[in-house]
Amino acid sequence: MDQMYVDRKLAATSTDALASSAADEFERDLEPPLYAARRKIYPQSVKGPYRTIKWVVLFVTLGIYYGLPFIRWDRGPNAPGQAVLIDFPGRRFYFFFIEIWPQEIYYLTGLLVIAALVLFLMNALAGRIWCGYLCPQTVWTDLFLAVERLIEGDRRERMQSDAGPWTVQRVAEKVTKHFFWILIAWWTGGAWVLYFADAPTLTRELASGTAPTAAYLWIGILTVTTYVFAGHMREQVCIYMCPWPRIQAALTDEHALNVTYRYDRGEPRGSIKKNAQLRLEGQPAGDCIDCFQCVNVCPTGVDIRDGAQLGCIQCGLCIDACDTVMRKIGRPERLIAYDNELNLKRRIAGLPSFSRPIRARTALYAALIAVAGGMMIYTLATRHSMALNAIHDRNPLFVRLADGAIRNGYNLRVINKELETREFFLTVEGLPASVVEIVGLPLGGRRVIEVGPDQTREVRVLVSDYGFSPPASTPIMFHIMDAKTGERAQARDHFRAPQKD
Amino acid sequence: MSSDHKKHIDAVTGVATTGHEWDGVRELNMPLPRWWLWIFYATIIWSIGYWIVYPAWPLVTTHTSGVFNWNARQAIIDDMATLKAQRAVMTDRIAAAPLEDILSDSQMLSFARAQGRAAFADNCAPCHGAGGGGMRGYPNLVDDDWLWGGKLQDIALTLRHGIRSTDDKGRMGVMPAFGRDKILERPDILAVADYVRSLSTLSVTKGADLARGKKVFAENCAACHGENAKGNREIGAPDLTDQIWLFGSGRDVIVEGIINGRGSVMPAWGGRLDDTTIKSLAVYVHTLGGGQK
Repeated sequence: MDQMYVDRKLAATSTDALASSAADEFERDLEPPLYAARRKIYPQSVKGPYRTIKWVVLFVTLGIYYGLPFIRWDRGPNAPGQAVLIDFPGRRFYFFFIEIWPQEIYYLTGLLVIAALVLFLMNALAGRIWCGYLCPQTVWTDLFLAVERLIEGDRRERMQSDAGPWTVQRVAEKVTKHFFWILIAWWTGGAWVLYFADAPTLTRELASGTAPTAAYLWIGILTVTTYVFAGHMREQVCIYMCPWPRIQAALTDEHALNVTYRYDRGEPRGSIKKNAQLRLEGQPAGDCIDCFQCVNVCPTGVDIRDGAQLGCIQCGLCIDACDTVMRKIGRPERLIAYDNELNLKRRIAGLPSFSRPIRARTALYAALIAVAGGMMIYTLATRHSMALNAIHDRNPLFVRLADGAIRNGYNLRVINKELETREFFLTVEGLPASVVEIVGLPLGGRRVIEVGPDQTREVRVLVSDYGFSPPASTPIMFHIMDAKTGERAQARDHFRAPQKD
Repeated sequence: MSSDHKKHIDAVTGVATTGHEWDGVRELNMPLPRWWLWIFYATIIWSIGYWIVYPAWPLVTTHTSGVFNWNARQAIIDDMATLKAQRAVMTDRIAAAPLEDILSDSQMLSFARAQGRAAFADNCAPCHGAGGGGMRGYPNLVDDDWLWGGKLQDIALTLRHGIRSTDDKGRMGVMPAFGRDKILERPDILAVADYVRSLSTLSVTKGADLARGKKVFAENCAACHGENAKGNREIGAPDLTDQIWLFGSGRDVIVEGIINGRGSVMPAWGGRLDDTTIKSLAVYVHTLGGGQK
């Protein structure tokens, strides 16, 4: 923090402390409350490059969110034709050309690992980009604020209206605003459920009131949360509920770029006239004219000039506001900018500013992202459209037949991930004098297991050894082969027999 | 902790403290948001709703039952009924199909095996073991040897009516107590035990009189176990020539069986399990490994 600024603050508080210790008896009356009412924030509209980025991100992300369920993707007759679908009853996740089975949930793990690392990388490069531009809480709050501004006017009008009496116009504005808020919230919930069922069908069912109860329930829940969080809670979600600001503060370093008030240029702040006078006299004078534009446009109501703080989501709107003012008063732009404490100190010491986006931690994060992403792409590209799992009977491990042979029982699960029925030919390796039987198929016939499209099938397989004296445990291998394509899968197991004396 | 509860203003932050002090460490007063408090009150009000809606207060002989008259027992009954209705698609097919058809239809087979596995674990596993491996005196259901027949119909009949059970249609057949009832003399018993062991190529005691044993067998045992000792599934007489022994193949065990007889019981499941479950169980046991056509 700015040394000068801290000193000033310290001086102020120590005087306060002295005064209050002298008036100990009256302190009880000055007791601050244990619970604080929310200070309502009226963010002012602003124009500038960062605001433009925020608008673009808002339209793109919300466009994806609301539109994605309606994109079709033809997978043939045996699978749904929706590009992105989370099919809970069918236990499948469809994403364009990718289909994920429940046992492949590690792809989700990989995705979450990558998401966390990208968040860390963003933080190492430029602080809370996620919070300022991409977080759903920010995006929806931004949308709700835009609606509010359209109906009730900008900061000044809203403040005046709230301070004034309940006129007909004010009531009408409030009703209209909340109506549109609820409409957006409802649409948000509506879009959510479309990811879990065929979107056009569910839309028709919702319109005709024949949709499943769960759909209405989830729309209801998301309508309420969206309306409450984006309309009423807003910055309180970031300040009181979100864990990321806490984690972020612990992860950041001195090289990360953050939205920063350049106090080396700004202080001492003062009115235009006073500072111009000081400049003429050759005295130190800052560029900050204390116009409070940065505070007025802030969606979380912080004063960026107090330095990096938990309430700041680093959306850059104060940069746009300050730049507007700097242009008007003919001073250089970027009094507030993406910068860091390190550079401030260097400039005060007369050194040039520098940036180090490539450093140990960003390289490490990038490498980890590349490794995790590479592993996911590799496994996705090389995964098989068939699989075989074998489970040996736990009890009994083996059984002696009437003619003295030893037999083991196995449950094999054959997995067919193709969208058409396939036939698999079963062979067992590792036990020369054995008879293999698939329960339900005639003994001695072809050992062909038919599995339906996108399905699994469990078959019971009995392996009998007629070598009469197998060791206690013999490794064996089950093979299945697609009768048409020759694609193979295998499962390792053991053949158990009585211990030799 | 200081007792004067005096408020201080923290010099660094300029924030008031709560007045609590631990060895010079003071606690800043950072007020909670008020809506936090509202949510706390709201949860209290919400909990009152539970008293009204759900069973809550114990009374002298009963309890308040709540406006929905909800209770956990009824909920599980309803859930089970729903489950049963959902399964009806398959259970109805199984109820209507002949046993052989279930075996040849892959869909019915996998459902019957799943249902059979669950029913087996609940009802059969205590005697026959979790995987049907059996134990001394309780037949192994995984091998290919059957006392009463290993066809689907045979297994289903055994399941429905039991063995030496209270059911009139149950399997009946008793190994007499040749020794206890003084039908055979001790040397005859020892001789026949040795003879029986020799049938399944097991070692016999030195100097055993196999000729006498064979004669005793022909006069006393062949009636049930057959002249060539291959057994008789009509009366549950085991094959004495194979490698499978229900009680064990030791000479002492065989002698004990001849002296005291055998007559273990399997209960009749007809009245206790519904017919579809019995059919599924029959299919499950049949597919464990020993099923015969």
